[in-house]
Amino acid sequence: MSGAAKKTSTAGGFLQGKVDMTHGSGGRAMAQLIDNLFIERFDNEFLRQGNDQACLAVPAGRLVMSTDGHVIDPLFFPGGDIGSLAVHGTINDVVMSGATPLYLSAGFILEQGLALADLEKIVSSMADAARQCGTPIVTGDTKVVEKGSGDGVFITTTGIGVLPEDIHISGDRARPGDAILLSGSIGDHGIAIMSSRENLEFETSIVSDSAALHTLVAEMVAAVPAPAIHCLRDPTRGGLATTLNELARQSDVSMSLWESEIPVKASVRAACELLGLDPLYVANEGKLVCICHPDHAQTLLQVMQNHALGIDAAIIGQVNDDAHGFVQMQTAFGGSRIVDWLAGEQLPRIC
Amino acid sequence: MKYIDEFRQHDLAGKLAADIAREAEHARQYRLMEFCGGHTHAIFRYGVQDLLPENVRFIHGPGCPVCVLPTQRLDQAIDLAERPEVILCTYADMLRVPASGRRSLLKVKAAGADVRHGVFHTGRPENRPGQPAAGSGFFAIGFETTTPPTAVALLQASQEDLQNFSVFCNHVLTPVAMRAILEAPEPVAIDGFLGPSHVSTIIGSRPYEQFVEQYRKPVVIAGFEPLDVMQSALMLIRLLNDNRQEVENEYTRAVTREGNAKAQALVAEVFQLRSVFAWRGLGDVAESALQIRPAFARFDAERRFSLPHREAADVKGCECPAVLRGAKQPVDCKLFGTVCTPENPMGSCMVSSEGACAAYWSYGRLRQPVSGRRRKSAVIA
Repeated sequence: MSGAAKKTSTAGGFLQGKVDMTHGSGGRAMAQLIDNLFIERFDNEFLRQGNDQACLAVPAGRLVMSTDGHVIDPLFFPGGDIGSLAVHGTINDVVMSGATPLYLSAGFILEQGLALADLEKIVSSMADAARQCGTPIVTGDTKVVEKGSGDGVFITTTGIGVLPEDIHISGDRARPGDAILLSGSIGDHGIAIMSSRENLEFETSIVSDSAALHTLVAEMVAAVPAPAIHCLRDPTRGGLATTLNELARQSDVSMSLWESEIPVKASVRAACELLGLDPLYVANEGKLVCICHPDHAQTLLQVMQNHALGIDAAIIGQVNDDAHGFVQMQTAFGGSRIVDWLAGEQLPRIC
Repeated sequence: MKYIDEFRQHDLAGKLAADIAREAEHARQYRLMEFCGGHTHAIFRYGVQDLLPENVRFIHGPGCPVCVLPTQRLDQAIDLAERPEVILCTYADMLRVPASGRRSLLKVKAAGADVRHGVFHTGRPENRPGQPAAGSGFFAIGFETTTPPTAVALLQASQEDLQNFSVFCNHVLTPVAMRAILEAPEPVAIDGFLGPSHVSTIIGSRPYEQFVEQYRKPVVIAGFEPLDVMQSALMLIRLLNDNRQEVENEYTRAVTREGNAKAQALVAEVFQLRSVFAWRGLGDVAESALQIRPAFARFDAERRFSLPHREAADVKGCECPAVLRGAKQPVDCKLFGTVCTPENPMGSCMVSSEGACAAYWSYGRLRQPVSGRRRKSAVIA
């Protein structure tokens, strides 16, 4: 990384402008953007080499790889922004295999007209998130599209992690009798996003739960014998209901849930009431579902509850063996119902 | 959560269930129509039917504004949306309802029409004075609950003399629809009605008094929380046991006999009775809907734009009309769960979150392990 003094001297003026087509043209403006923003903030030995690729040592075990495109409106929301989300989302996808995350890559599609000051905030937040997770962003790419062809900024991140040979956590391994654990309250992210959208403003103190779950997963994996954890998944888009339906289908099992055990914050419930939404279908960005052998459920619950990101963890249901493949729920009211896949999108109700 | 949790308590549900089981006479059938899709939704979402004895059944009514709008009116809305100068705003569920030729507002939106969801208000920038073009049209649907906001929008548009705002009015009326259900050529056996409480926050409980007198069917104005539904069912059972044809109000926390006089006045100022409206399911019903008064004609999309009245055919085999009258259950439809699902709806009742078919499918179905077999026998409720 060449000359900190030079960067500081140009950064002030540089960040006052807006993204234009020259920032993606391959010329001086693009080089300046990469040097003064991306390399400076993401700063690590791989980027400093200035190559078009990162050369990484291959660790023992198996490699785990996942990629995720991040498009979100608004770019900044209570509890995070698209930058931190792009790091957390991909790390979580990697670690739901039980892996330790190692490296990230980042591809940026910038829309002409995006304020460089906003880009700087996003990149800084991304850099902070990657540093906190110990997963450097080792390679990247930037393109600029014309105004109207994007939505401010789109970020695609790819993550690589390493997994010991004896761990086999997969969505098709849920077995009848297994316990279903959830690491905390649902719906925080989705409601935080909706509360900050321009046409749906309401005052709320709800912040996104956006967080990287690698340390929580590491502690869970370390606490029980390798075969104990059958499935891990983060219930993002489509919420808890969609994730459980995915797992039920993948494993060819059915599930029953206990509504009274599913943690939902009062403020999230209130916002959902107001909007006519079901928190089971609202997105999360810092929660996980764990399906495990019933003998280890209590141990895992303790480990989760002792971790900052799992304080409100609960055992919310069990895996069953019936031919229907449905996720059913005992309602807190006393009846029962199916918890189906989400149809279309969740939309506010009419009256 | 205050004012919500109180109406969802498990122990109170158990107590009410015991009361209902004790008071419902074993030899008698109680066929209670919940008029409103909001009730249908609550019954399924909380599993209310599981707590009731076999002889107390809910019959699902037509109170789903998206469901009762006939295809022909939706086709007109789509024609309107396809005009390049028009921005069409409507309530969200409406976007996915299938129209003629397998079109929908969502599909024409994808093809380039400017269709937006959300509640309309004149404060939108595209409606400000000086904006070009015809501006936005509001595809207004709904029962009495959603009518006052449309009235306010029209009054504001008039006060501000907006040039680029119009309303395609499809507001419909609840008590008239209840009459139409009972006067249908093959009426459904109904012993009493759960009246929609949100509607009554506007119109009060009084409009049902004449209805009860004429048709000798008790009405209980019922809230939308599961305990409200159970309490209302209990009240209806007591009325039926006592042979009392009366209107009772379970939702006293928001409904009065007279309703909201201010909202009623706003509606009366802007709207007048439409001589006839074609409902999906109920057919042509006289004086069952509202239209915009001549004084506001310049904001009336039906007058401002030529919206040709074309014949529209619904999907063959779709039983939405019979489902909306309570004459059939969703599972009686051959299309239910075979070709018609929330992902690929053939009729409006499978689209709306208030639709009976969507509620059955999302909360209450049980799929037979052998595919291709009718699911009738396997559905809860």
